[in-house]
Amino acid sequence: MSAELETRPQPAATTEEKAENILLTYFLFGIFFGITLTKSEVLSWFRIQEMFRFQSPRMYEIIASAVVVATASVVVIKRLQLKDVSGEPITIPPKTLGHGVRYAVGGTIFGLGWALTGACPGPLFALVGNGVTVMIVAIVSALAGTWLYGLLRPKLPH
Amino acid sequence: MMDFVSAPWPWYVAGPVIGLFVPALLILDNRLFGVSSSLRHVCAAVFPAKLDYFRYDWKRTGSWNLFFVAGIFVGGLLASHWGSSHDVAISESTRFALTKLGIHNFSGLAPREVFSWPALLTLKGFVSIVVGGFLVGFGTAYAGGCTSGHAISGLADLQLSSLIAVMGFFAGGLIATHFLLPLIF
Repeated sequence: MSAELETRPQPAATTEEKAENILLTYFLFGIFFGITLTKSEVLSWFRIQEMFRFQSPRMYEIIASAVVVATASVVVIKRLQLKDVSGEPITIPPKTLGHGVRYAVGGTIFGLGWALTGACPGPLFALVGNGVTVMIVAIVSALAGTWLYGLLRPKLPH
Repeated sequence: MMDFVSAPWPWYVAGPVIGLFVPALLILDNRLFGVSSSLRHVCAAVFPAKLDYFRYDWKRTGSWNLFFVAGIFVGGLLASHWGSSHDVAISESTRFALTKLGIHNFSGLAPREVFSWPALLTLKGFVSIVVGGFLVGFGTAYAGGCTSGHAISGLADLQLSSLIAVMGFFAGGLIATHFLLPLIF
């Protein structure tokens, strides 16, 4: 009996422990992303203005190199049919194109807001962390905007 | 080494690091890198109002993103203490253009004349923060993603929908920069 106990493998973490661990990992990834947004200055209204005025290549260089690295990574993942840490196959569900209206119109509406605030959603949170606390108002307003979309959704073309 | 901590990152560091979040999140837990869904999850959690769009198990599908954006806030907090307090070194031509709009204080990440609590009571402050924020929230929900979800993740997966979205992002940004800003500043 005691020999059996000695040779039994260690029990794996319970499902709850795994779930907590992974949420903590997302939190840590988020911290790293917040640091990245700050050090790259992509959260600066000044940089966004520079970008939309075509007066510096910096933002375009950042976006282009990010897309190149991300695309290459996805190709590698798909070619090698990599699995995630828990052993599940990695799959990226394609977005439904529909009439494309939601992407064109929604995208343009977001673009207006991006230039006005100088920030997209991630930067809004990072800016508050950096001390631009008034962006809390922008976040609350963004929540209101998302909520209004939820209300109008059945009537909007997609 | 200290310079890496205090100085802003060059584009060839910043860009690839951002891009690596795509495979990192896929390999971690098969998650597609994106931030705007957090807004939907908060609405679903706080004020779903029986709307279909908010009727889903936000705890199961959205918790990861909520922890991620909480981390983004903390990351901003940490990085703000590590950086040197230099100004964002934008080009002279941008500085000149912004001066013509009435910006004179170029310190910090965003102009204090626009992005501060007192400035909320001014037209440019209110429109930039409240209207701008609203458009970000509405637009990302309608488009189903923001710069990370569409411009980075979506393009990385060669999705046509994301290319259309990115074109929209830039159309809107150009319109706001060149036509709206002169009206409100």
